[in-house]
Amino acid sequence: MPETPSVDPKLLEILVCPLTKKPLRYDREAQELISDAAKLAYPIRDGIPIMLVDEARQIEDKGAA
Amino acid sequence: MTSDAPEGMRVFDRRAVLRHRARAARGNGTHDFLVREVAERLADRLADVKRDFPLVLDLACRGGALSRAFDSAGVRKARGIQTIIHADGGFDLAARAPAPRVVADEEFLPFAEGSLDLVLSNLSLHWVNDLPGALVQIKRALRPDGLFLAALLGGETLHELRAAFEAAETDVEGGVSPRVSPLIDVRDAGGLLQRAGFALPVTDVDTINVTYADADALMRDLRGMGETNAVRQRRTTFLRRDTLARVAEVYRERFADAGGRIRATFQVVYLTGWAPHESQQKPLRPGSAKTRLADALGAEELPTGDKADPGG
Repeated sequence: MPETPSVDPKLLEILVCPLTKKPLRYDREAQELISDAAKLAYPIRDGIPIMLVDEARQIEDKGAA
Repeated sequence: MTSDAPEGMRVFDRRAVLRHRARAARGNGTHDFLVREVAERLADRLADVKRDFPLVLDLACRGGALSRAFDSAGVRKARGIQTIIHADGGFDLAARAPAPRVVADEEFLPFAEGSLDLVLSNLSLHWVNDLPGALVQIKRALRPDGLFLAALLGGETLHELRAAFEAAETDVEGGVSPRVSPLIDVRDAGGLLQRAGFALPVTDVDTINVTYADADALMRDLRGMGETNAVRQRRTTFLRRDTLARVAEVYRERFADAGGRIRATFQVVYLTGWAPHESQQKPLRPGSAKTRLADALGAEELPTGDKADPGG
């Protein structure tokens, strides 16, 4: 496997949650952008963030590591 | 019309739009002449705006046609463009464009307020269900004095095909169904820009006429562009062969030129608007005029008689 391409830093800087328009947390390990307000994790594939609510992973309440 | 407004407003099946485009992207790329042509015209327009736009968003980039047009017209350098973010609703279409890329829905933009210098859109916003909502989000994502420049298909587009379908379905099946997507009226477009809060809104129109050997060739091209019908209430059954044959016949009868080729109209509506900024020119406040209109016209000023005086 080639190493994971990284997300463009300029893009990362201006991305917000499409639902809440709130800032996102970048989880480099999981390759996800996390919206705490919406409890959604948006996947990043091949360095391309997928900012679609339909494709986002629902984050469970507390306790999730 | 349905009374359920939010449901009724969702005219387009967005998944179908993306499916059609993804299918188009996998094609051989010979059908995207309209996308390329309009990309060049947008590049020309931007070349005339004497301003720098470091951070640009290409919304619904369809593989990056606009970027390529910018490169060949030297617009990237002339307009001080440092980064073009390529966004598309489909992963495959975003992935075909140069980096940086992002998958985003035009109806739910993921960009921070005041973060972009220029937002471009090449032939895509006519598929958005909530155009006023999309425009508001675009305006919000722009920096003050940032520019929005878009091209979308207008209501005159494919009026020949619409008419041929209507006639053919009436003749063969005794009824009409929506076969060609509804499109924006140019006269409404300016109002939408203004309502979204854009300053100095301008709309104008280019009509591009294309001729084809026959209706089949036209429809192949539309499929190749990913521009086939995505109206939610479209008929999803296959088109009957006899209806299709009649469409081709009517089209030829009514819209063929002397050489026997049929013509198709593409009406391209351009939208331009600026995110408000205090440096921009504004209309004067009502009542702030320093000269009488009557003097300027050399006319005698008469009371209008609209306002009844309090006494009677």
